[in-house]
Amino acid sequence: MHIPDGFVDAPTSAAFGAVAVAGVGYAVKRAGDEASDQVVPLAGLCAAFVFAAQMLNFPVAMGTSGHLLGGVLAAVLVGPWLGAIAIAVVLGVQSLFADGGLTALGLNITNMALVGALGGYALFALVLRLLPARAPSVAAASAVAALITVPLAAGAFVIEFALGGTVDLPLGGVVGAMLGVHVLIGIGEAVITAATVSLVMSTRPDLVYGARDLLDARRLEIRPPAAAVPTGHGGGTGAAAGGLEPTATSVTGRRAASGSEA
Amino acid sequence: MIEVEGLAFAYPDGRQVLFGVDLAIARGERVAVLGPNGAGKTTLMLHLNGILTPGAGSVRVDGVPVTAPNMRDVRRRVGLVFQDPDDQLFMPTVGQDVAFGPANLGVRGADLAERVREALAAVGLDEFADRAPHHLSLGERRRAAVATVLAMRPDVLVLDEPSANLDPAGRRELAEVLTGLDLTLLMVTHDLPYALQLCPRSVILDGGVIAVDGATVDLLADEALLAAHRLELPFGFDPRYSIAKSTGLMP
Amino acid sequence: MGGAHVLDPYHPGGSVLHRLPAQCKIVATFGYVVCVVLTPITAGWAFGAHLAVVGGLCALARLPPGLVLRRLAVELPFVAFAVALPFVVPGERTEVLGVALSRPGLEQAFGLVARATLGLMTVIVLAATTPARELLVGLERLRMPPVIVAVASFMIRYAGIVIDQMGRMSVARRSRAHEPRSLLATRALAASLGTLFIRSYERGERVHLAMLARGYTGALPGALPGPAPRRAQWGAALCLVILGAAIAVLGRRLDLGAPA
Repeated sequence: MHIPDGFVDAPTSAAFGAVAVAGVGYAVKRAGDEASDQVVPLAGLCAAFVFAAQMLNFPVAMGTSGHLLGGVLAAVLVGPWLGAIAIAVVLGVQSLFADGGLTALGLNITNMALVGALGGYALFALVLRLLPARAPSVAAASAVAALITVPLAAGAFVIEFALGGTVDLPLGGVVGAMLGVHVLIGIGEAVITAATVSLVMSTRPDLVYGARDLLDARRLEIRPPAAAVPTGHGGGTGAAAGGLEPTATSVTGRRAASGSEA
Repeated sequence: MIEVEGLAFAYPDGRQVLFGVDLAIARGERVAVLGPNGAGKTTLMLHLNGILTPGAGSVRVDGVPVTAPNMRDVRRRVGLVFQDPDDQLFMPTVGQDVAFGPANLGVRGADLAERVREALAAVGLDEFADRAPHHLSLGERRRAAVATVLAMRPDVLVLDEPSANLDPAGRRELAEVLTGLDLTLLMVTHDLPYALQLCPRSVILDGGVIAVDGATVDLLADEALLAAHRLELPFGFDPRYSIAKSTGLMP
Repeated sequence: MGGAHVLDPYHPGGSVLHRLPAQCKIVATFGYVVCVVLTPITAGWAFGAHLAVVGGLCALARLPPGLVLRRLAVELPFVAFAVALPFVVPGERTEVLGVALSRPGLEQAFGLVARATLGLMTVIVLAATTPARELLVGLERLRMPPVIVAVASFMIRYAGIVIDQMGRMSVARRSRAHEPRSLLATRALAASLGTLFIRSYERGERVHLAMLARGYTGALPGALPGPAPRRAQWGAALCLVILGAAIAVLGRRLDLGAPA
């Protein structure tokens, strides 16, 4: 999917460069409105995650394999604006590191960040609204969005090709081939996106941007200091009062998850 | 210097971690915060310079309440050193990273360069300003993380598990750096010998409250108390013997 | 899989190109690639000239030919596509080794591969002679919005750590006899990805906290001040672009009669 230099002519590339600049600029503005001082670290780490995830290949069909594009995944997890910025930055760094054409960057950003992440999120939100307001719907909606978004991004490429392709291929053939391959890639993308989203939903649902409307706030409890002072050393679990255990274990779970990478 | 009163806190996902913490630390004291995994040690630490906002209770630093209008002042006074130096060293070079904090405080130009030089010298990394963080050893990265905070000239240094995963030499080098600093020191750790070496006073945080507060050597000598809070000394380690042996060397 | 150079394509050296400020190199690279794209595919000699120029740059930077060739391998799938063109593009046929091929198809396949290869080679020279952090400083000096530069800087800083984690998880999967073969196997893959995302996000949160703890309010520190490029250095960058433009324009002039 990374279009190289010279595949689409210069005027078309420049026009889509302008589209990409406008789109990413708007995403930066909107992301800043939502979480001004978090944009940089979160989008940066999300970009690092997408960059790593794109290195994983999954089998498509007939011995070929595809890699994750990650637009819908990023958008559902961190929101459309941060997601689009992350994908655009991944593409930009890849183009400077000689992967994907420098002059085709606008085309690639349009297809994968604007159509792939922003468009994908719009689809996700639409599908989610049609489904019942329960946690499993989030993964289902992201699967449907990924399934449709991948061929849609391929469609954006076909439009760019029709406008400024430097090769005289019959358009019908290009449409057929691109959509055929990308429907298959879309299935893989949908399976991985849904499985990843549902795993995050089951462990840290608060991190899933697309599920933020499903969460509620809770009240705080104050304990007297005496509650934690041990009365003896029987049991040996360290949690002196039985009531402490649920909190202690869930906290331990999280610390263990984040501590194991240190 | 630091006064924590009735501090309670729950994370946005609903897990309540602190249940009414009371803690007072005087200027120049060195205090270790001990406790099992998940006791809320790191959460407490994040309240000390206003990264987390108390759900109930209050935190004051040198009499200044840790609230939004005083945040800049509080963050200059209280320097946090995080457990994983990779979280703290996010700029392309060590020098740029050390400059990040003072630059946020408005220090510029030659003053900024001097702060960077001074902070790196204090942790023994004089020649490292232009190095990329991922080319440093863990011990060097942790000392660089201390330098990023020292460059802000704080009054209080708060360290989260400073000795975690360090090799013995890295551990000793860090201890030498920390004992050489003339600051109020708060250290969150499971490393009981390290607490004994660096901090005369310790508190045990368990179940989200301060369960025990006393002299480190007394705490560590009470096996039943340690066991009740899932704390254990390394095999063969005798705190009273170690203290007696080192009194000639350590003030 | 892209190999180790994906993250750190810098090839240390002391050549003239290594010493040129990043912003000059970025402008020259982008300008030259635009010239390559604007060169008509019928002007075969012009691509020869471009190749000589870019090859000269590789030599000037003292890049080992093996390194350049290995990095060119990213365009292999694309070359496979180009190879198919002479068979599928409609138009006048011509015999090559007894096979009827489309003449415009051959031309277009040549143009496609030539442009993509030259573009890629130019960027390879840039990436191999400029450390990533200097590229970022160069982009910032060229007025790239600081938010984008900072996000890219974080990505480069942490991608290595995330990839290492991914590698460790893959070792852990395979050491328990997990062999991904079909789409069904993607469940384990997705579980790893989910975990990887949570760890990345939590690191993002911790980095954010570490930034806040040092007084970050959303305003990003600019690059540390460095020496501005000398006029001669900008001049060298400009010369390269002018050379590329001259080749492109001559290519156009001399091939006016030929079909575009």
